[in-house]
Amino acid sequence: MEQDKPARDCDLDGMKQGVLGKPLSRSEGLAKVTGTAPYAAEYHVDNCLEGVLVTAPFTRGTITGIDKDACLAMDGVVAVIDDSRMTARPAQGTADEAPVQQPQQVCYWGQPIALVVAETFEQARDAAKHLKITFEADELDEIPLDPQEAETENNQSTRQGDLAQAMNDASHSVDGRITTAGHASAAMEPHAAIAQWDGSTLTVHASLQMLNYNISELADSLDMEEENIRLVSRYVGGGFGSKLGISEETVAASIAAIALERPVRVVMSRQQVFQCIMRRSETTQRLRLATDDKGDLTGFGHQALVSNLPGEEFAEPVLQSSDFLYAGENRVLELDVARIHQMTAGSVRAPGEAVGMPALEVAMDMLAQESGVDPVELRLRNIPESHPVEGTPYSSRKLAECLKQGAEAFGWEAGPRKPRHTRDGEWWIGTGMASAARVHNISEAKARVTLKPDGTAMVETDMTDIGTGTYTILGQIAAEMLGLPREKVLVELGDTQFPRGSGSGGSWGASSVGSAVYVACTGLRKTLGERAGVSEDELRLKDGKLADGTSVTDLLNGGDLSEEGHYEPGDIDDDFVAAGYGAYFAQVRVNRFTGETRVERMTGAFGFGRVLNEKTARSQCQGGMVWSIGAALTEALHFDPRDGHLVNCDLAEYHVPVNRDVPDLEVIMVEERDPAASPIQAKGIGELGMCGGAAAIANAIFDASGARVMDFPMTPDRVLAAMPAS
Amino acid sequence: MPITVNDTPHDLPRDPRTSLLDFLRHNCALTGTKKGCDHGQCGACTVIVNGQRINSCLSLAVTHDGDSVTTIEGLGTPDAPSALQKAFVEHDGYQCGYCTPGQICSATAMLQELANNMPSDASESLDGPIKPTADEIRERMSGNLCRCGAYANIVAAISEVAEQTNGAGDAA
Ligand code: FES
Ligand code: FES
Repeated sequence: MEQDKPARDCDLDGMKQGVLGKPLSRSEGLAKVTGTAPYAAEYHVDNCLEGVLVTAPFTRGTITGIDKDACLAMDGVVAVIDDSRMTARPAQGTADEAPVQQPQQVCYWGQPIALVVAETFEQARDAAKHLKITFEADELDEIPLDPQEAETENNQSTRQGDLAQAMNDASHSVDGRITTAGHASAAMEPHAAIAQWDGSTLTVHASLQMLNYNISELADSLDMEEENIRLVSRYVGGGFGSKLGISEETVAASIAAIALERPVRVVMSRQQVFQCIMRRSETTQRLRLATDDKGDLTGFGHQALVSNLPGEEFAEPVLQSSDFLYAGENRVLELDVARIHQMTAGSVRAPGEAVGMPALEVAMDMLAQESGVDPVELRLRNIPESHPVEGTPYSSRKLAECLKQGAEAFGWEAGPRKPRHTRDGEWWIGTGMASAARVHNISEAKARVTLKPDGTAMVETDMTDIGTGTYTILGQIAAEMLGLPREKVLVELGDTQFPRGSGSGGSWGASSVGSAVYVACTGLRKTLGERAGVSEDELRLKDGKLADGTSVTDLLNGGDLSEEGHYEPGDIDDDFVAAGYGAYFAQVRVNRFTGETRVERMTGAFGFGRVLNEKTARSQCQGGMVWSIGAALTEALHFDPRDGHLVNCDLAEYHVPVNRDVPDLEVIMVEERDPAASPIQAKGIGELGMCGGAAAIANAIFDASGARVMDFPMTPDRVLAAMPAS
Repeated sequence: MPITVNDTPHDLPRDPRTSLLDFLRHNCALTGTKKGCDHGQCGACTVIVNGQRINSCLSLAVTHDGDSVTTIEGLGTPDAPSALQKAFVEHDGYQCGYCTPGQICSATAMLQELANNMPSDASESLDGPIKPTADEIRERMSGNLCRCGAYANIVAAISEVAEQTNGAGDAA
C-alpha cells in the first residue's frame, strides 16, 4: 500500500485482542538476561580465523609498502590483507552503495589500511601491532583540520523577510553563539562480523542496523551480486547511528573469508570503533531571536557550521526542526560544512536535533529571561499555525500538551525567574525547561505474516531490533490484528532472507515496518473473512477464535496462510509537516566552588503518535533523556589540533553517563494518533528523548547559579568560568 | 588445578595472553559474558570469581588456576532464571541487552556486598548496617555502563530484588 492521504480510520482501533500498546515485557527478554541471545561475534563457527584491523598512524597520504613477509612469519598468522576493495570509511545511513574504498589512500588518522588474519585472536592482535608499513604522509600544515579555518560549502539556506531589520525593531532580542562538541555513538557492542564463504554464497553475521541497505553496500564493495550474499543481525548491541551503514570490519572479514576459504571473524577494538566509525560533528551555531513586546517572535535566525571529510555528503542537519518549530516572519536558516581531515562525520542518535535543539532552546531561555515572559509561556505563544515559510499544515502536533502536562507533573513554577534563588550548603539549586522536536521519518518496508495450522503466527522481516523493542511491538501489532495472544506470535528479524524492512534508523523502524506488518495482517483478515463468509468489519478475532466460536485454524484448511505486507510512504509528506514533539523539565544542583552539576530529577513529556508498547516506549524516552544528560554535561570528542586524531578514543576518556549520573526520570507519554504519519498512526521515539533535553539542564544551571554556559558540554571549568562573581 | 566455570572444570588456556574474558567467550564458548571495551572501562565483562565481581577483561586466564568463576549462564537459564534476571525482564532493565549480563553479574555480587555491610561513597557511615537505597545501588552499579540508558529501570529491578531478599539477593 502507498500512503497518499491521512489514515483517519485505523483498523487497529476496532480490534478485540487488546494487546497493542500494553506494557508487555520484551519477547526476547529471557534470552538477553541469561546471556543466550547471540550477538554478531558470538556464533560458534568451526575453523574460524580471527582478523584484526591495522589503522593508519598519520593524517593524509599514501601507503607505499606493507612488510607482509615479516608478519606472515609470526606465530599463527595466515594472511595480511590489503585488498583495494577494503573500505576506508563506514557507509553513511541509507547509502545503498559502497563507501570510499582504496584504503591505501589515507584521509584521516586511524583509517583502516589492512587486516591481519591468524588462527587465534591473540596471535592476530600481536601480529597487527607489529605490522610494518611505510607511507608518504602529507605535511600537516597543508592539511585542513580546523573547521573555523577550512573551506566551507553551503548545505542549506532559507531566507524570508529581513531578519536584521526585525532584530533592530524588536522589543526583545537575543543574538548568541553556541558551540557543541562532537559525540560518539559508543554502542556497547563493538562492531563485529563473522564472514563465511561456501564457494557461492557469502554469509555474514554482523552488527548492523539496516540490512536492506547494508546488503547492497556490501555487494557493491565486493563487486558481487546481492543474490550471493546473506546478512544476519538478530541481536544488535546498540546502534545509535554507528551501524547504519556497512562498516570496515564487515567488508574486510568478507574479503578475507573469500580469499582464504575459511570463516573469518573481525571484531573492532573499542579504540577502533571510536576512531574509524562515525563522529557527530562539532557545531558552531548563531541564534538570533526577535520578539515584539508581548513575546511573539518576529525574527528567527539559526545558522550553523559543521564539518566532514571531503567527499562526504552528510552534513549534521542542525536546523532540521528549527525549520518548522517556532514562528517568526523574518527568517534566516543557514548550514555550512567545513571540509577537514578528521574521521568521518555521520549519524549519531538524533542527527541534527541532538545539537540544534539544545542551542535553540538555550536561546529561547535567554529570550524568556530578557523579555520577562515565562519560558513555558514563551514557547506556547510561538507555536505557529502553519509552516512559517511554506504554509504547509502540521499533522498531529502535541507540543502545547507536552509543555502543559510536563510543567504540571514537574511542578513548574511559572512567573518571573531570577537565578540563585535557592541554596543548600555549597550547592545552588534551580530548574529549567526546553521543548523537544524531531522530524518524522518513514520509509518503504516489507514484512511477511503467516498464520500456522497450530494456531500460531509468524512475522518475518529483515528489520533489526537494536534495543528499540522491534521484536515485541511487531508481535503486538500482528497479535492485535489477528486476534492472538502475543505469545502465539513468533517474530523473526535480522536476516536478508526475509522480506526487506526499513532497517532501524532515524526513528522510522516502528512506523515503517509496523505498517508493513499491519498491511500484511489486513490481507490475511480479508482472506479469513472470505473463508468465514463475514465482512472484514465483522471479523472479530480474539484468542484465535471468531465471534461465533469458530477457531481461526479451522479456516486454514490444514495449511499456512501467508501474506507479504508492502508499505510505501507515498507523497503524503508533501502535504503535512510531521514530527514528534515534547518538553523537558530538569532540576539541577550546581556546586558554587567546583562548578560541578548534578541532575536531581528530570521530567519528559512526549507526543509521538500511537504508543505500541508502553514499557519499551518509556524505555526509549528514558534512554534519550540519559543521552541528554551526557550531551549536557560530559560528552565531547577531543581531536588533536596538530594532526586531527581522536584523543579520547575509549570509554574511560569519553564520558557517557553512568548510573549515578542519572536520577529518577519521569516520562509522560501524551496520548496521540497521527494519521498523516503512518497507517498505524505512530511516529518514532528512538531519538525524541534527546532533542533538546540538554538545554533544560543548561537552563537549570543558569537558574541555579547564574552561569549562562554557551558551550556544550557544560563541564565544571566552563560553569565556573561563566558563574557571576556575586 | 583447573579453573571451574559454572561448576564445570576447564583446562587453562595454553596461550598466556588470553584474558579471562576471551577464555570464557572462546575457549569455554560462554558468550553470555560480553566484551565492550577490553580495558576495564565498561563492566560488560563482569563475572563473579570466588564470590567477588571482577572485570574479566582485566585479568589473564592463567592467573585463575583453581578459581571458581560464575558467569551469567551460571546464574540462571531461560527456563530457570534468577530473581534478578526475572526482575530485569519485568522492569525493562535493558534495551539492546549487551551490557545486561555484566549488569546482572555485577548486581548479584553487589547485593552480597550490601548484605555484608561493605560501605560505599553513598553510605552514611563506614560501619553499621547499610540499606539498599536507590543511591547506594546507583553508586555501586556505576562501573557498569549502559549506553542504551536503562539506568532507572536497572535500579528499579535491583531494588525490587534487594527488598525481597533483604539485601542479600540471590548471590552466587
Ligand atoms: S570489557 Fe571488560 S570492562 Fe569493558
Ligand atoms: S542495554 Fe544496551 S547498553 Fe545497556
